[in-house]
Amino acid sequence: MEEQPKNEQQQDNQNRINQEPEDPKQVSRRKFLRNFGLVAAGAAAGAAALFSGDLFEKSKTKSGKKKVLLTQDNKLVEVDSLELKAVEKSPEESMQLRGREGIQGKRWIWVIDLSKCRNARQCIAACQAAHHLRHDQFHINTLEMQENKHTPAYHMPKPCQHCDNPPCVAVCPVDATFKRPDGPVLIDNERCIGCRFCIAACPYSARMLNWIKPKFDDEDKGLPYNIELNIPQRIGTITKCLMSSDRLREGKLPYCVSACPNGVYYFGDENEDSVTNGTTKETVRLSKLLNENGAYQLLAELGTKPRVYYLPPKNRLFPFEPSKEAEPKKI
Amino acid sequence: MDENKATLDKITEDLTFHIRITRGFKIWMGFLILGLGVCLYAYTLQLRFGLGVAGIRDYVSWGLYIANFVFFVATSLIGMLISGVLGLIGIKWITPIARIAEIIAVAFAALAGLVIVMDMGRPDRLAYVFLYGRFQSPILWDVTVVTTYFVLSALLLFVTMISDIAWVHKNVDHLPGWVRKSYKMLSLNWTDTPEKNAIIRRSARILLLLIIPCALAIHTVTSWLFAMTSRAGWDSTLFGPYFVTGAFVSGTSAVLIAMYFFQKNYKLHNYITDGHFDKMGKLLVLLMLVYFYFNINEFFVPGYKLKTAEAITLYDLFSGRFAFLFWAVQIGGLVLPIILLLFRKMRAPLPSLIIALAVFIGAWFKRYIIVVPTQEHPYLPIQYVPYNFKIYTPTLTEVAITLASIFMVLIIITVLSKFFPVIPIRETALERGLLKGEDNSEL
Repeated sequence: MEEQPKNEQQQDNQNRINQEPEDPKQVSRRKFLRNFGLVAAGAAAGAAALFSGDLFEKSKTKSGKKKVLLTQDNKLVEVDSLELKAVEKSPEESMQLRGREGIQGKRWIWVIDLSKCRNARQCIAACQAAHHLRHDQFHINTLEMQENKHTPAYHMPKPCQHCDNPPCVAVCPVDATFKRPDGPVLIDNERCIGCRFCIAACPYSARMLNWIKPKFDDEDKGLPYNIELNIPQRIGTITKCLMSSDRLREGKLPYCVSACPNGVYYFGDENEDSVTNGTTKETVRLSKLLNENGAYQLLAELGTKPRVYYLPPKNRLFPFEPSKEAEPKKI
Repeated sequence: MDENKATLDKITEDLTFHIRITRGFKIWMGFLILGLGVCLYAYTLQLRFGLGVAGIRDYVSWGLYIANFVFFVATSLIGMLISGVLGLIGIKWITPIARIAEIIAVAFAALAGLVIVMDMGRPDRLAYVFLYGRFQSPILWDVTVVTTYFVLSALLLFVTMISDIAWVHKNVDHLPGWVRKSYKMLSLNWTDTPEKNAIIRRSARILLLLIIPCALAIHTVTSWLFAMTSRAGWDSTLFGPYFVTGAFVSGTSAVLIAMYFFQKNYKLHNYITDGHFDKMGKLLVLLMLVYFYFNINEFFVPGYKLKTAEAITLYDLFSGRFAFLFWAVQIGGLVLPIILLLFRKMRAPLPSLIIALAVFIGAWFKRYIIVVPTQEHPYLPIQYVPYNFKIYTPTLTEVAITLASIFMVLIIITVLSKFFPVIPIRETALERGLLKGEDNSEL
């Protein structure tokens, strides 16, 4: 029974096929060809006009004078002087590019003298102000340390260790956090997907997420993203210590280093074997400083190769005082 | 011959009996969808206000979502164990439960892929994983193998079901027209010819062979998300096999629970027999013993040495903040079930359902215990941060979002098991010698 309608339809189709030669569309084939010819002729004429116009334009841009230039991959090339144009990039693009490339020829290094730290927390304040952070977001934090009750208690400033073998960079699935040739480990919050694998991988607890709307979200809206400063901060992305890469570019010491009132920080270039104290501005030999004070690295046994050295809390300038700061508010 | 025909009709009727929309089904689905709706509202809150609506913070930054993700990946491994391993070595009694295991595998694997998105700070940038993916990151490995496993499991479920779908199309006539048409489409015009059956048999065999290494890979790689870090408590070479054996335990208990409900609700007593519960109970004991052995290695070895960093987490588990959960999971979810299931009476349907529920829930909390305590004790002290950074407590929103994934799993399992025969019809008929037929030994 079901098959019946199908047969009828087939019959119908058959009829339609038989009628086809009288289809008006078929008759107009000649008309179509005529139209096609007109269009083709028009197109050919247009192309010829464009081609000659192009030739003329080209002749205008040839001055005959050549300039010899060195390309990025060290090749000498000749370019007509009229073809020279300044490369224009949006501020965002150029900041991204130089932020990922770093500062050539430098190997930034950091020395923290634990015998001088009295937990003034000025470094933290300067850092949080510069990077638009909330009170509970620490690119750098000072921790109260004590191995056991017989060993001394001391305050330990702890920034990102900017490891040369950074576990956070290894595990990042999207190349959002990266190691720069001049030393710092940076984060690109335009790229970060917020998976927090880097937080899990970092043994120094140096990374944090913008769990909620960042403090200056409204004020910073529309600013071009500066990867070396990580401003504007973005919700759902990682933020971390950047060794104040924006200051390094200007030839200045990092925010925290300059803000320290007690001469805790030395910062400089490993290639030049010199570091400068952020408080006294005194420049000393890096190798001598490390050697004479028995410098060490934090959790060096994990193989992370930190770029931050610590000088042990020997002959401390200040007696240890536990912090009296109230616990910050819950967020 | 007529007798054969009558038995075959009886089997067809029995095994397609549940393919009808009943009141119970409507109420159950209504409940699931309502629950899912409420929980998805919680997720819209997270989309609007950020991950901060959850209790996770900078130190414990992986919480409920990741524990739940690990659990989902774990449970999905059961398809590989039952259909793959037991099927390929030719164990016959699994025929009526193989499809249940495959449905569970598909549902949990699908959701594993989804719940990981719920854990992202920027779910809008999901595409970046493919656009800028770095193959050095274990997350890329995980994404790759979980997707592959889901596709393989779905294909296996479908390929082995083609003949049954055609069967349903031919024999069940009380369904609305569009449903029947869908069956016809899905059956890919299957007819009972030796060539077509050979193609199906060969495809299924290839899929089964592929699914075994892939299943091992998904859970090994998932364990590496933790083991590849240097955190005390995760930094363990044992994590791969430890996770895989644990996965079989939670998957097997999931199948036991599902078997009970299908046997009772779909009236399949003649197919999922008490003997099946007995055998699955024994299988569960075996798997739990292996898992128990791995647990001893995982906790006794570092517990004997008590190295500084590991000791802090271990004390927290053995006698500290997580002690109750730890011992409840280890004793209530592992040791006691092993002992109980050794007795035949405890492997009857109802007792084994209760034991399987305990094992299943225990398996969920076990993932929580693996994920959370380690992060509360990083190498350096947690100072100058709010109290809720130091101690992780899941928020209500977070719990609701986690529940959403469980509702979704239940919806997938309910729909698949409602509209398709949960017990392979053709295979059952072949096994009982009712269809003369092809040589089935190859599978």
